[in-house]
Amino acid sequence: MTPQLEVKNLVFAYDSKPVLKDISLSVEKEDFIGLIGPNGSGKSTLLKLIGGVMKLSDDSVSVNGHLISAINKKELARQITWISQEHPMVFPFTIQEIVLMGRHPYLPPLSLEGKEDYRIARNAMETTQTLQFSSRYFNEISGGEKQRVMLASAIAQEPEIMLLDEPTSALDLKYQIQILNILKGLNKEKNTTLILAMHDLNLAARYCKRLILLNDGTIVSDGTPEEVLKREVIEEVYGVGVKLHTMDGEVLVHPITRDF
Amino acid sequence: MAIKIGQHSYKLTLVIFLLLFLVTLCAAPLIGSTKIKLMNAFSGGIHAQNNLDADILFQVRLPRVLLGAVAGAALSVAGAVFQALLRNDLAAPFTLGVSSGAALGAVVAIVFSFNISILGFPIVSLFSFLGGLGAILFVYSLVRNQHGELPTGTLLLAGVTANFFFASIVMFLHYISDLGQSFRIIRWLMGGLDITDYQIVLSITPIILMGIGLLIYIGRDLNLISTGEHPAISRGVDVSLIQKTGFITASLITGTVVSITGPIGFVGLIVPHISRLFVGSDLRILIPVSMLFGASFLIICDTIARTIIAPTEIPVGIITAMLGGPFFVWLLKRK
Repeated sequence: MTPQLEVKNLVFAYDSKPVLKDISLSVEKEDFIGLIGPNGSGKSTLLKLIGGVMKLSDDSVSVNGHLISAINKKELARQITWISQEHPMVFPFTIQEIVLMGRHPYLPPLSLEGKEDYRIARNAMETTQTLQFSSRYFNEISGGEKQRVMLASAIAQEPEIMLLDEPTSALDLKYQIQILNILKGLNKEKNTTLILAMHDLNLAARYCKRLILLNDGTIVSDGTPEEVLKREVIEEVYGVGVKLHTMDGEVLVHPITRDF
Repeated sequence: MAIKIGQHSYKLTLVIFLLLFLVTLCAAPLIGSTKIKLMNAFSGGIHAQNNLDADILFQVRLPRVLLGAVAGAALSVAGAVFQALLRNDLAAPFTLGVSSGAALGAVVAIVFSFNISILGFPIVSLFSFLGGLGAILFVYSLVRNQHGELPTGTLLLAGVTANFFFASIVMFLHYISDLGQSFRIIRWLMGGLDITDYQIVLSITPIILMGIGLLIYIGRDLNLISTGEHPAISRGVDVSLIQKTGFITASLITGTVVSITGPIGFVGLIVPHISRLFVGSDLRILIPVSMLFGASFLIICDTIARTIIAPTEIPVGIITAMLGGPFFVWLLKRK
């Protein structure tokens, strides 16, 4: 059976500086993957390339057995979407307008959103608890709310695969958990495949079924949180001494800080 | 205040702005430094050659009002689209060098005293259209990268640079020109709607309407691009294609208008802003509303320009900025 998403020997360079070197991975439906690794390891670039947001320099990514370069752009958007970490917005769009934009790949030119689109957008806003401020402007809401609105827009897009670039990095603990719980629900109920770039190893271990550790543009390890989070590996990749604990059957990574 | 697409208020807003436009269009030709009797103008009884009222109404005022409508509509729509594409609410139709290229073309034609007309278009217009077109091609070919994409930040910078570059050549030519040419140059650079010919309006209207139609057609794609290129791609927008289509169409309708009227400033900047205050940022409604409001706005400004120190008519560009500036500040403060 063809995997839902397949990356074969992906190589990518900015100008002549290599960012990703020979990345191969295969993702099955309903996977919940945490992409971890230090800053500059290539996580964001990998997500953008897989999502078709940045142009691949080779034909190394296929979704449902088709090369993404060969899939019509709207068709691709019905299968896979990408959500950025930050959401700068120049013009005053309302939350509802932003969420309805998720319906773009389903609408022919000139047609307005129909009842069904409004229903789907409404459900997405309910799922992300953003419905109560749907008529407010995007620029007026908090960072955590913005992240939820963009998530609602992506949910309205009804993709099979969602790629999220550090969805929780800029948020406080409460919002981090809220976003991750929403994602977990999507994964369970709508069978959405998720790939998240993450910095918090403990949250990644707790929520993700599978972790992929990137370092310097290559995959260091790929497996369950228990398989990937090894003391020697983390110390090597991050250059920080760590202790591993197990609490309630889950791995916890604890950095060792020395007194100065 | 945003009107939700697909709901009743969307149609209502369009109807209100359409009414504003129609009222302006009908009322403006009746206002002027010379009082005209409407009865006379429409009366078949008076011999056409002696009918001064009909002459003023149909030969002097109406072409000018119609040109104002077309120019105001085109510049406002182009402004709204440039702002969305560049994700910059200070962008205007002239930001990427169209008007300064057009000015250069016009000034060349004036200074070198070409004095013919082709297909009913004065040579100055033709040269300024070619100048505007040249400027667009120059800026785009400068910025286009190896993937055929137009990076927005670089585009903005190149446009501003091109504006200064062309302006310097215009200044040089202006400096070496004689007094008569100098007056014509200054007059052209101020912008104006003083034509007495239906031919020109009739020729440019289809181009402008087709351009605006195409921009409405890609309205939802433009919305997404205005929220960011990467999010737009991940919603299935062919960003590179839409950018090219948008930039070229908006530049062409701008260039077409500027070649006839000269650079009428400020309309393309503030009309989209004012329209946005009423209908929000969705270009599917912002473009039609900017079109109707822009047409009305320029007709009103030109009516003031024709009458404020009558019988002297002043260039409409002076009024758009003089009236538009304070009005815009008032609107922003009120908000």
